[in-house]
Amino acid sequence: MAELSKNDEPQDATPNVSDVEVAEVHSEAEAVTALDAPVDRGEPILQVRNLVKHFPLTLGILFKKQVGAVKAVDGISFDLHQGETLGIVGESGCGKSTVAKLLMNLEQATAGEIFYKGQDITKLSGRALKAVRRNIQMVFQDPYTSLNPRMTVGDIIGEPFDIHPEVAPKGDRRRKVQELLDVVGLNPEYINRYPHQFSGGQRQRIGIARGLALNPEIIICDEPVSALDVSVQAQVINLMERLQDEFNLSYIFIAHDLSIVRHISDRVGVMYLGKMAEIGTDEQIYEHPTHPYTQALLSAVPVPDPEAREHRERIILTGDVPSPANPPSGCRFRTRCWKAQDKCAEEVPLLAIPERFKGADTPAAHESACHFAEEKDVVHAA
Amino acid sequence: MPDVTKTAPETGAEEAAVAAAGGPLPQPKPEKARSLWGDAWADLRRSWIFIVSSVLILILLTITFFPGWFTGADPILGDLSKHYLQKPKLGDIGSPDWLGYDQQGRSVYARLIYGTRASVAVGFGTTIAVTIVGGLVGMIAGYFGGITDSVLSRLTDIFFGIPFLLGTMVVLNSFTDRSIWIVIGALSFFGWTQIARVMRGAVISTKQADYVVAAKALGASTPRIMFRHILPNTLAPVIVVATISLGIYIGAEATLSFLGLGLNGVSWGNDISDGGSSIRIAKWIMLYPSIMLSLTVLAFIMLGEAVRNALDPKMR
Amino acid sequence: MTIIEEVSVPSPRDGDGGPLLEVRDLHVEFHTREGVVRAVNGVNYSVSAGETLAVLGESGSGKSVTAQAIMGILDMPPAKIPQGEIRFRGQDMLQMSGEERRKIRGRRIAMIFQDALSSLNPVLSVGYQLGEMFRVHHGMSKKDAKAKAIELMDRVKIPAAAARVNDYPHQFSGGMRQRIMIAMALALEPELIIADEPTTALDVTVQAQVMDLLAELQREYNMGLILITHDLGVVADVADKIAVMYAGRIVETAPVHELYKRPAHPYTRGLLDSIPRLDQKGQELYAIKGLPPNLLRIPTGCAFNPRCPKAQDICRTDVPALLPVTEQDGGELPGRASACHFWKETLHG
Repeated sequence: MAELSKNDEPQDATPNVSDVEVAEVHSEAEAVTALDAPVDRGEPILQVRNLVKHFPLTLGILFKKQVGAVKAVDGISFDLHQGETLGIVGESGCGKSTVAKLLMNLEQATAGEIFYKGQDITKLSGRALKAVRRNIQMVFQDPYTSLNPRMTVGDIIGEPFDIHPEVAPKGDRRRKVQELLDVVGLNPEYINRYPHQFSGGQRQRIGIARGLALNPEIIICDEPVSALDVSVQAQVINLMERLQDEFNLSYIFIAHDLSIVRHISDRVGVMYLGKMAEIGTDEQIYEHPTHPYTQALLSAVPVPDPEAREHRERIILTGDVPSPANPPSGCRFRTRCWKAQDKCAEEVPLLAIPERFKGADTPAAHESACHFAEEKDVVHAA
Repeated sequence: MPDVTKTAPETGAEEAAVAAAGGPLPQPKPEKARSLWGDAWADLRRSWIFIVSSVLILILLTITFFPGWFTGADPILGDLSKHYLQKPKLGDIGSPDWLGYDQQGRSVYARLIYGTRASVAVGFGTTIAVTIVGGLVGMIAGYFGGITDSVLSRLTDIFFGIPFLLGTMVVLNSFTDRSIWIVIGALSFFGWTQIARVMRGAVISTKQADYVVAAKALGASTPRIMFRHILPNTLAPVIVVATISLGIYIGAEATLSFLGLGLNGVSWGNDISDGGSSIRIAKWIMLYPSIMLSLTVLAFIMLGEAVRNALDPKMR
Repeated sequence: MTIIEEVSVPSPRDGDGGPLLEVRDLHVEFHTREGVVRAVNGVNYSVSAGETLAVLGESGSGKSVTAQAIMGILDMPPAKIPQGEIRFRGQDMLQMSGEERRKIRGRRIAMIFQDALSSLNPVLSVGYQLGEMFRVHHGMSKKDAKAKAIELMDRVKIPAAAARVNDYPHQFSGGMRQRIMIAMALALEPELIIADEPTTALDVTVQAQVMDLLAELQREYNMGLILITHDLGVVADVADKIAVMYAGRIVETAPVHELYKRPAHPYTRGLLDSIPRLDQKGQELYAIKGLPPNLLRIPTGCAFNPRCPKAQDICRTDVPALLPVTEQDGGELPGRASACHFWKETLHG
């Protein structure tokens, strides 16, 4: 977990941050020694079980007929613990953004459950749903479209208080908004400006401030830095890490950039065509991947170091991702996999610790949905 | 030799301020809060089309509300001694004689001034009615989608399919006493479809914007999303269409009057119709109301154009 | 303030002497309501046949505007080229007539854009669009042009080319569309290809395929390649030399390996440090403080000075020239140059 920055972050961090930090460092050390999921963190704050989202494909205008379904998310499960960052990576069309929408209850799940502190939020509506929403917030990908261009920054960050008036009394809101601006590193005097007067990085800070307004416990970040310039990305990532420590937030960090995900995540899930291919701690996934898709994905990441690059093995996948409307039978990755055998077309591999690693004290013993799971280091130079 | 360990506070006052606030700030130059409407207004003020058209419209509105300021003559009082054979005295600006007299000895100038009220009232009245009805239908269809959208869109298509002028003529034909309200009602009944279509399209595209999704994620109510997030961002195209159609409704009112199906009373259309039969001997009876009508319609179309440019800089 | 100097990096594959394309002291500005946006402020670079130059920069650095100026596809006005030369095989294209430039564009210099879907006509089949190049430029018959189109699609490794030649752009995936764009660019066997963020819109696993293809074809045809990108990772694979741009100027040039190993400009160093690494879980990320410059009000002196940890008074007053850098003992570093008053400290410190 990040050390609190010294060079460009404000000095207004609350005094108890150092305690949190120590705790975080401590728990990570434990996580590394005990290679299984962090058992010492108690009950997960969020549990996702067999989540499914199919978008019906229809024909006709007035009398619609369903002709199929896009299986955007097809049965995924994972846990999120307090104060933890779970990274979800995958290529476009793998369903990772749909997962974000489902967790936010912006889309109705076709099947499956999402338990927030033991309560299934997919079944909630009305007041109960509104209450849960206070605790799960979202940061969007595109800072240019996620802020209403006709509202001032003060109105945008203050809107959560209008919708949930119980959080802040009316007279207090302006001060609260200014505090939030300060927390995300923006000048509180900019409260009356409009979004188009800010740069991309600053707008993303405004989006983060809006997400923080209701003191949520979980923040879902859908590609929060992919629209930003490289030099600004690092600023925003550092800010998010600082806020996590300060407010003990849990993040679900969805991104396609594997390097950034590794940097910020404690655990990482790799998605392919609506399914979870592999999930484990960042070390397990990046240093000891066992699913061929994870291996290919990692090996394809361009590394800004030509020398390291030359000595790395690269797995170049053939073909494109198949359509989620008509995924391959059995293992969904088999059409692009170099290990594929008959079994892969017939049997859907389950996401579980592979048989051969079961009980073994090795980092390769983490959940991987492959019939022929096998460890392979693709990140380091040979 | 530069000291590598040097940190922000030493790199100047500006940067010290940046560091204190914990990160990047906008340009040091003081910058006022500029809303998008404010930007559009700044653009408009610079456009000569806007200035010309708004001066014209301002004059028209003044005439509408204070016709007495412009002429002392009575537009209905016919003085047959002043019959149309008395030619206009073009040098005599503002007098009842200025633009001549019609067949019944009424001052063409006075009728021009008092006729403005009918045209402007019908134009504004219809535009307001059409914007409310069309805007509402478009908003509901676009926002709720599904069956609601299918039904409302087909309804819009049906009305869109009826020829606008023919429809209003059929309706107005069934009234003998046609007040301003009846004319506005008939025009609006067939005219709301364009705004509804524009609104529906704008709502559908705005509905998918991330900031609307963000508001939903916060748990915002449907009215809040509709009126605080979607409406302000869909107004621009609606305002443009409404402004342009205002001119068109004024033209439509004149057309109806010309055909004898418009307002009973003083109206440019009636005068153009009356003057048509005497165009060879007294062209002014028809000429001046026609010029006035064209100028008015042009003014609103120009205004709409200027507003479009200001609200949507990409069009340029 | 203008600084003119040659930063051509001699390439081992450069056979026939002079460079293929040479940009000299190029300036581009845009006249807007808010004022003059100075997008390019004296850029110098050159590419030889068979060589890949990567132009690296963030949004607003002027990297794409420079490329558009080379292609001659800038909208003028609002853009203006107040000074500079763009020499293609020794001839200044800025002095050429519209007709002469049109003959070069597409035929001798081709461009590949980021967004392949919007660069292809959606109502024409890809085979037709590829064949069009041959019909228009070589007067081929419809049948021959189609055969050529299939051949090209094979070249860029589109599976079952003969079967897919009549498909429309939307029927192809993002990676396949970008291959079609490459095929279009290659159709007339240009001497130079400018690729503007060719893989940015693609997924990681597809990115690698497309980049490899581009590099392979470039070698095969011995073309010059200008690769414009913001991604330090993509560049590392294929480029021979890199020019780093900031606020419309080149701040550093170097052969690719050298740049990553030992940057000679604080901006380059900052960029490299701020990227998280895949193979190690870092601590706090280094972040370049502040914001990219507003091109309406470029800071005086070195444009990077408000964000630079090494900035001194001289950096706020004097624009640093792009000058060759050397080893500590004065030994030459061929092809390396930096526009920093304190390059020595950056390179050796």
